[in-house]
Amino acid sequence: MTPFTTLHSTAVPLLRDNVDTDAIIPSREMKTTGRTGLADGLFAPWRYTDVAARVPDPAFPLNQPEAKGAQILLGGANFGCGSSREHAVWALAEYGIRCVIAESFAPIFRANCIRNDILPVTLDRAAVESLAWQSLDVDLTTQTVRCGNQTHTFTIEDEPRLMLLEGLDAIALTLKSLPEIDAWTAADRARRPWIYAGNPA
Amino acid sequence: MTISPKTLFEKIWYAHHVGQTAGGAHLIAIDRVFLHERTGAAALKSLAASGRPVRDPARVFAVMDHIVDTRIGRGDGTLMQGGSAFITETRAAAHEAGITLFDVNDPDQGITHVISPELGIVLPGATLVAPDSHTCTQGALGAFAWGIGSSEAEHAMATGVLRLDRPKTMRVTFTGTLAPGVTPKDMALHLLATHGAGGGAGHVVEFAGEAVSALDIEGRMTLCNMATEFSAMTAIIAPDEQTFAYLVGRRHAPAAFNDPYWATLTTDDGATFDYEIVIDAATIAPMVSWGTSPEHSMAITATVPQGPERAHAYIGLDAGQKLAGTPIDAAFIGSCTNARLSDLRRAADLLRGRHIAPTIRKALVVPGSSAVKRAAEAEGLDKVFTDAGFEWRASGCSLCFFAGGESFTEGARTISSTNRNFEGRQGPGIRTHIASPETVAASAIAGAIADPRDFAR
Ligand code: SF4
Repeated sequence: MTPFTTLHSTAVPLLRDNVDTDAIIPSREMKTTGRTGLADGLFAPWRYTDVAARVPDPAFPLNQPEAKGAQILLGGANFGCGSSREHAVWALAEYGIRCVIAESFAPIFRANCIRNDILPVTLDRAAVESLAWQSLDVDLTTQTVRCGNQTHTFTIEDEPRLMLLEGLDAIALTLKSLPEIDAWTAADRARRPWIYAGNPA
Repeated sequence: MTISPKTLFEKIWYAHHVGQTAGGAHLIAIDRVFLHERTGAAALKSLAASGRPVRDPARVFAVMDHIVDTRIGRGDGTLMQGGSAFITETRAAAHEAGITLFDVNDPDQGITHVISPELGIVLPGATLVAPDSHTCTQGALGAFAWGIGSSEAEHAMATGVLRLDRPKTMRVTFTGTLAPGVTPKDMALHLLATHGAGGGAGHVVEFAGEAVSALDIEGRMTLCNMATEFSAMTAIIAPDEQTFAYLVGRRHAPAAFNDPYWATLTTDDGATFDYEIVIDAATIAPMVSWGTSPEHSMAITATVPQGPERAHAYIGLDAGQKLAGTPIDAAFIGSCTNARLSDLRRAADLLRGRHIAPTIRKALVVPGSSAVKRAAEAEGLDKVFTDAGFEWRASGCSLCFFAGGESFTEGARTISSTNRNFEGRQGPGIRTHIASPETVAASAIAGAIADPRDFAR
């Protein structure tokens, strides 16, 4: 896991509401059972005029020259709605995106971002719009997005902040609580035996 | 000492609270994990690669539903190129991990959110997660059940818990009685149309009120199914006598619900929610979506409202136009929203003795589970559908989404009993209108979007 502290990059605007995960990575672009090989299919129906031949649509924001190497994507309301597919986040990460700034996020997509070292930042609509094509400094330690002499602060819960700042592996961390989990489970077995009734063939 | 009143969600939350993390998140015990072949193999393989075993394989289940072929007589082959790898790899990984797998031709096979209640895997008061956004469907049984990503699925399997920030709560109360011909699907679309696709953002939504209690269990599942379209974390409905009666005798459910614990699974009088919505059920009409987000839904008798330009351009309908009477090319009855036995019965009632319009190029009925398929066949519903011109399929997600194989003809306008009308959801350029199974059946007969009440018997 890669820690996230600060990021300096151009912000590419995709200022549409309800951008769904089928649009971020269409099902037909998820060709293997693994987590890789997805960047090419990112936003395929919008990014290419001919998806099969991979002909780029010059009008699509990510295809514009200023977007080259950009690591910040701007979105509208309810960004990442729809299917829970983590492939949407894997595709963004593989493409090089490390931060999405949007008016709001769908909950599963947001949780998936945090597990994959992508910082989800929520700002109001006017602020997000003002960042389009600007060069930004995102700082998770101070929870700020700086753009020229403008500074926007954002909120994020302590747990995801810590996970991102330290690049922590959530599973490894939780496994340290195994004795506590085991004790809870033993007590719960007595309380709710039906949950553990096993798997009658 | 007084005990402060709690919501149903809060009771389940505290009953599963194992501890708190340094970052202030909560460790919440997970009773059940359900995987499918679209995302399950990735999670199981990644877990195995990291050398971490599944802690309690007896409480992890997997099914083949998303990519599996739905043509009768299927095997591992798929119309999606490379699709069978998802099936064979999920099978191998499931066997390796020692979890229960409902394989392609298992009699219990079906769509995750249809078979989990059918088999009594989801239970009132339990926590259940699946790497699938429509896991919210299962909240209809009184469980805290929600969709997660693959990494979280790995986490739940490896540790038995998830690290969660406490979600906010919302109650949506449907007062009064639904008008004849109005269904739970219409309730969900009405909520989306009036409060927006982001209206439930991150909340656990409890559905309550007379109109909800009056629904049968299958109808409650339809209502809860679309909570993810509302951007909610999940939905939940308090279990009642109907819920317990539905579950008794199901294979994984307790033999009886006589422990006093079960009666505690309600929201206490005086408990507060972070947000409340009240809707008079009598004001709801049959609904159809007009655009490319489920919030773009409208009463079938209304005219298309002004929405985002992109949505109008994609769907090919202008503001001010009537939706009813718009010619359609295809019809689909299926999905975890509306493909249970009661859904098929209601659609078949409209279709009996009638035929779909000759302009319909493809019309499919895909039962939500293999058990639903058998039960429907035992009642002769398959015959009603095929006599009417529908194709009768084996169970799976099928054309609820485009996996990369089968689709409708390019650009087809399709009326569908599914939950998502996103651009390209059912295939490149496909224009999807979501509606109840009755509305799909009526529209297929008319060859154009039609009000099911005009076809009621
Ligand atoms: S039927 Fe559709 S919505 Fe339901 S699980 Fe399958 S693909 Fe998802």
